[in-house]
Amino acid sequence: LLPGAGLARAEAAAEAVYDAPAFGNVSLLHITDCHAQLKPIHFREPSVNLGIGGMAGRVPHLVGSRLLEHFNLKAGSREAYAYSCLDFENLAGLYGKVGGFAHLATLVKRVRANRPGALLLDGGDTWQGSGTALWTQGQDMVEAAKLLGVDIMTLHWECTYGQDRVKEIAEKDFAGKIEIVAQNIKTADFGDDVFKPYTLRDVNGVKVAVIGQAFPYTPIANPRYMVADWTFGIREEEMQATVDAARAAGAAVVVVLSHNGMDVDLKMASRVRGIDAILGGHTHDGMPAPSIVANPGGKTLVTNAGSNGKFLGVLDLQVTGGRVADFRYRLMPVFATLLPADPEMDALITRVRAPYEARLGETLAVTEGTLYRRGNFNGSFDQLILDALMAEKDAEIAFSPGFRWGTTLLPGQPITMENLLDQTAITYPYVTLNRMTGEQIKTVLEDVCDNLFNPDPYYQQGGDMVRVGGLSYACDPAAPAGRRIQDMTLNGQPLEASKSYKVAGWAPVAEEAKAAGGEPVWDLVARHLRARKTVAPPQLNLPTLKGVDGNPGLAA
Amino acid sequence: MGNPMKIRASAKDGVTEIKILMSHEMETGQRKDANGTVIPAWFINEITAKLDGKTVMQAQWGPSISKNPYLAFKVKGGKAGDKVSVTWVDNRGDTRTDEAAVT
Amino acid sequence: AAFANWDKPAFDAKTMDDALKALGAGAPANSGDVQIVASDIAENGAVVPVQAISRLPNTERIAILVEKNPNMLAAAFDMAPDTIPEVTARIKMGQTSNVMVLVKADGKFYAAAKEIKVTLGGCGG
Ligand SMILES: [Mn+2]
Ligand SMILES: [Mn+2]
Repeated sequence: LLPGAGLARAEAAAEAVYDAPAFGNVSLLHITDCHAQLKPIHFREPSVNLGIGGMAGRVPHLVGSRLLEHFNLKAGSREAYAYSCLDFENLAGLYGKVGGFAHLATLVKRVRANRPGALLLDGGDTWQGSGTALWTQGQDMVEAAKLLGVDIMTLHWECTYGQDRVKEIAEKDFAGKIEIVAQNIKTADFGDDVFKPYTLRDVNGVKVAVIGQAFPYTPIANPRYMVADWTFGIREEEMQATVDAARAAGAAVVVVLSHNGMDVDLKMASRVRGIDAILGGHTHDGMPAPSIVANPGGKTLVTNAGSNGKFLGVLDLQVTGGRVADFRYRLMPVFATLLPADPEMDALITRVRAPYEARLGETLAVTEGTLYRRGNFNGSFDQLILDALMAEKDAEIAFSPGFRWGTTLLPGQPITMENLLDQTAITYPYVTLNRMTGEQIKTVLEDVCDNLFNPDPYYQQGGDMVRVGGLSYACDPAAPAGRRIQDMTLNGQPLEASKSYKVAGWAPVAEEAKAAGGEPVWDLVARHLRARKTVAPPQLNLPTLKGVDGNPGLAA
Repeated sequence: MGNPMKIRASAKDGVTEIKILMSHEMETGQRKDANGTVIPAWFINEITAKLDGKTVMQAQWGPSISKNPYLAFKVKGGKAGDKVSVTWVDNRGDTRTDEAAVT
Repeated sequence: AAFANWDKPAFDAKTMDDALKALGAGAPANSGDVQIVASDIAENGAVVPVQAISRLPNTERIAILVEKNPNMLAAAFDMAPDTIPEVTARIKMGQTSNVMVLVKADGKFYAAAKEIKVTLGGCGG
């Protein structure tokens, strides 16, 4: 509904962003980690994404101006807005919201129009991350993915609806439409495949194998009881065997649709032979160009397509003589202001949201500052949750998980129930209140910190550091496990190892915590926000960082 | 006696792969019940597996083996129809034997 | 298999040195022909799948030991001549630890170790 001149300008801008000429004879479109965001949103990329050891200063551990320099992007441009945190509030005003399935659908149709036979791959974290996804047990996203034309997908947060629900969707809703692949999900008894490890598709006469790699640490990062009969893992040897089997079956192209996280993908690409490309997700790194990784079998492209519906990855391959000869890759930002909403998808979204609009639309408070989540140590929306937990539970210390999903609000915007659920909508939302000794608190922080900063990517789980309220600490990411967390103080006093403290939290993974119940965190935070009405920019509790001066994963 | 084992044995390219799932608590002897009383150790400590009447594997286990133990291994030879027989004995002297045919 | 065969001193050993001594292994040589296939992070410390592989000729015995368990020795497997020295078992681990696979081949002992992380869980991307 833009006026004439504005419309013409928007069309010209869209041409520049989206009209990548088709190339080659096999095209793969890739979305990942949309976290159930059906409507356009704002999403601020991180200002802290540290790489440690061999990963220091390397893709994807670049933020702000260092990311722009590396990928040769101009400050203030549309691309800079999409890929970096720089000047976020101003550029958000200029370039508007991103993502939204109706706008994504328009882009997919546009890209597919001159790429016949293109496959659309979904890397997972699709069914979780919104109120409607939670209340429909993922059904809204299942319908949206089918209408979007997804061909193949793999899994992570999908599993938090339980193994039976995943199987039900795979066997009923997806039958004949979307294939779930995962070489690394096996039955816990005899280790049989739960899903097909890979699928072989004919694309314009070329045999293309798509191998699935689900999130290897699902039963650790999320409640194990939800996938009690399944076992996961990286399974590098089996990945090699699956690649070899696909080649033996005649595949000219072998790609891995991965939810490993980018550091794990980069390591895997350096060790497993015969993969043409790993299309990755989980760590939510929107990387404008692929990394090219050498291994004993040749070279493998590694990409990561960001999160929250912001991006569509387009990989065009020239396949000649039974092998990939050349490629082009574009990660296209989904600018909602440049892409008109697809009417059919728009109608579906309106329909699935209708029963919930009133509940989603409740304004809880107004924010005076930017509320965001993503970043290694804390985000302003997480701080808001921590402040609410400590206030409502009268706790000295609060913990909030280092989830990487969660949308962004701009200064002056209302905080609606929908926005709060975008940060909290999980199937184990229970608030917890425990007494923990100083020693136990240190153990928890060290454990999570090692999951983030272990120098070997295979020992990382791809989440951010647990957010901490009340407690001050220092963090030396490059120190050995058990010695990264230092100088812990509470109200200016050193934390005592044997003294016990009152600690609030949410999202416990233990089955006992489920049995204990506990209020859903969104009810607690909503109560807190309704009483506050206006939210001043939260005072971020960040650790004092050691040994990372000059690291390009830290915005100046 | 305990519950029956689940045994899978399959022959391919001259190698028989045998996979066994047993049903047993495998209590470590390190845990305490709600009253603080130590739960006594109770675990399978010896296994014998035979293929076509010949002993192919003997194992000794401690309580660090997981509850409902799993054991998998491969043997040269064997063919469809051959009999696999597995016996366990636990530290209380209880024992159980189950059989399956190679497929 | 008679109950009396169970190697009580080896299973009761509370240090790695004592366990190796009880098994007659002394100080085994590290060998690239001994492999441990296991996840780097355990999904569940109560159920950690470990595959122990020996490429050494005349492998007679494979043992699995967990450095930080109260008793190090978890299992010992004796191979018949036709048995391929590759066994998979599932073990308990109380905490992050090195897991050692010990192989006796031609009367000599060889070993390999791998760290398996046992974590508290939670969080995720
Ligand atoms: Mn995700
Ligand atoms: Mn994920």
